[in-house]
Amino acid sequence: MRRYLLNRLWQSAVTLVLATIVVFAGVRALPGDPALALAGEDRDPESLRAIRQQYGLDQSWLVQFWQFVSHAARGDLGQSIRTGTPVRSMILSALPVTIELSVLAILIASVIGVGAGVIAAVRRGRPAEWAANALALLGLSVPHFWLGLMAILYLSVALGLFPASGFVPFFSNPVANLHHLILPALILGTGLSAVIMRQTRSSMLDALSADYIRTAEAKGLPPKAVVGKHALRNSLIVVVTIVGLQLGALISGAVVTERIFALPGFGKLTVDAVFQRDYPVIQAVVLVTATSYIVINLLVDLLYSVIDPRIRVRGEA
Amino acid sequence: MAVADVTDALTAAPLRSNRRRVVRRILHNPLALTGLAVLAIAVILAVFANWLAPHEPTQTHLDRAFAPPGTAGYLLGTDDLGRDVLSRIMFGLRASLHVGVLAVAFSLVVGVPLGLIAGYFRTVDALISRLTDLVLAFPFLILAVGLAAIRGASLGNAAIAIGIAQIPGMIRIVRSETLRIKSLDFVAAAIVEGASDAWVLGRHIFPNAGSAIIVQATVGIPAAILGEAVLSFLGLGIQPPAPSLGTMLADAQQFASRAPWAAVMPGVAIMLLTLAFNIVGDSLRDALDPKASRR
Repeated sequence: MRRYLLNRLWQSAVTLVLATIVVFAGVRALPGDPALALAGEDRDPESLRAIRQQYGLDQSWLVQFWQFVSHAARGDLGQSIRTGTPVRSMILSALPVTIELSVLAILIASVIGVGAGVIAAVRRGRPAEWAANALALLGLSVPHFWLGLMAILYLSVALGLFPASGFVPFFSNPVANLHHLILPALILGTGLSAVIMRQTRSSMLDALSADYIRTAEAKGLPPKAVVGKHALRNSLIVVVTIVGLQLGALISGAVVTERIFALPGFGKLTVDAVFQRDYPVIQAVVLVTATSYIVINLLVDLLYSVIDPRIRVRGEA
Repeated sequence: MAVADVTDALTAAPLRSNRRRVVRRILHNPLALTGLAVLAIAVILAVFANWLAPHEPTQTHLDRAFAPPGTAGYLLGTDDLGRDVLSRIMFGLRASLHVGVLAVAFSLVVGVPLGLIAGYFRTVDALISRLTDLVLAFPFLILAVGLAAIRGASLGNAAIAIGIAQIPGMIRIVRSETLRIKSLDFVAAAIVEGASDAWVLGRHIFPNAGSAIIVQATVGIPAAILGEAVLSFLGLGIQPPAPSLGTMLADAQQFASRAPWAAVMPGVAIMLLTLAFNIVGDSLRDALDPKASRR
């Protein structure tokens, strides 16, 4: 276990360093002179030189890289070119919205996905399985941002069931907060629930044909207890695995969902930054996303090896 | 050479009968046939859009704005500028398929050789795995955001971003297939007989990994099409006025309650297209999987 842990930590560290280099190099590859962008209207050579000095742009790349890393490590991600706000505070105010949205989406997707997957596996060859499979296929094929548009058009605007856009912080009004987030979370969860459903179904089918289930049935355990106790235990592993694998898709999906429902989250920050060519924000957003992806995946893998001891063995092999 | 000939004969024969079995299974699956038919129609509409589309996709008719579906000459209605929704969908399908094929081709060109190398030469496996992890750390939308910031937003850059995002999946599939095939007896025989690495990879491993690669590519195309729609919707993909199903949805969002059809139709088109690809991909996987007959 310890060797697996160290190995996995080492891998994550290497990936993190490589990701930082990519972000740094990517920013240097941006078109235009950053000093010109920072100077704005003021283009006289003297102030350009001052800006270059202030931001260390006259230093060698190696020094610049070191400054970039040491600043980022201290949480200093620079300032927005547009507003002058520290990027760090912009990210800190946007992140909770996205985290809440994603967690809600994962919860909804898990309930729907595991439920439908279990039904499909237990009711093999019956209409229920057919319906669950069809729904999963549809969930994988429908563009979820379009589903969001349709939901706004028909559920929010026409029927007035949900607010069409906007956000209320959880701590100022939890009920209104959930009312605003439930529809976006449902939309964001559609694709995820389809993947979870398929995986749950196939792992349930494997489990239901396994010897220990036959033993459990043979010793007279009622079918409900067999499914509930023995087979469903695996579904936790399924959910953890899928969330790990689909994390990238979830992050991408959150960006679009926030855009549609006008949620002031990380996604909106990202898209706005691109259109305003706010390079420090873009750089920070990409770095934060890559870092959180690496850290969350590390946690998922560690959690995974706690739930399923077989992984540890394979990881060491 | 003798042993190589024998092993060739051994691998070639089951491959051929396998292919016939796969085709037979697909032809006997009504769902797969429906999916193929939808794909065929979509491809024809997209390729021959210049001749089939009733109107120019970018031509505006301000006097005919917001015409509902069924209006004479405008089967699916018009948008806020009086542009024909049907014609724009046909050209949008072309853009979708274009990006889908381009992105998957990109992931094949890069991912297949890397996957073969990672699975065959254990020394570089760790290096390629780290690179895969690195690419995965940049979700496709973040990748596209970065690429759009550096190179500008365009159809080509959208395809590259989507293609890069699909490379890790391709490498993983090809790598695990390579590991599996490498351990089979006929490959061991070829290696013992003194066949070069290039020969073993090109002659034995690559052809036998073919079905897994095809399935992965079939799954990749609908994902790429959805990705293109998302990017164009956000304004990071195809630039207006060029029609794309994603930009159509972005436009229609502004006047969706006035002309819902302009928001509904392009979405239905994307859904049918990706649904057809997913159905064909699923059927292909089932047909190729020897275990599937038991399930």
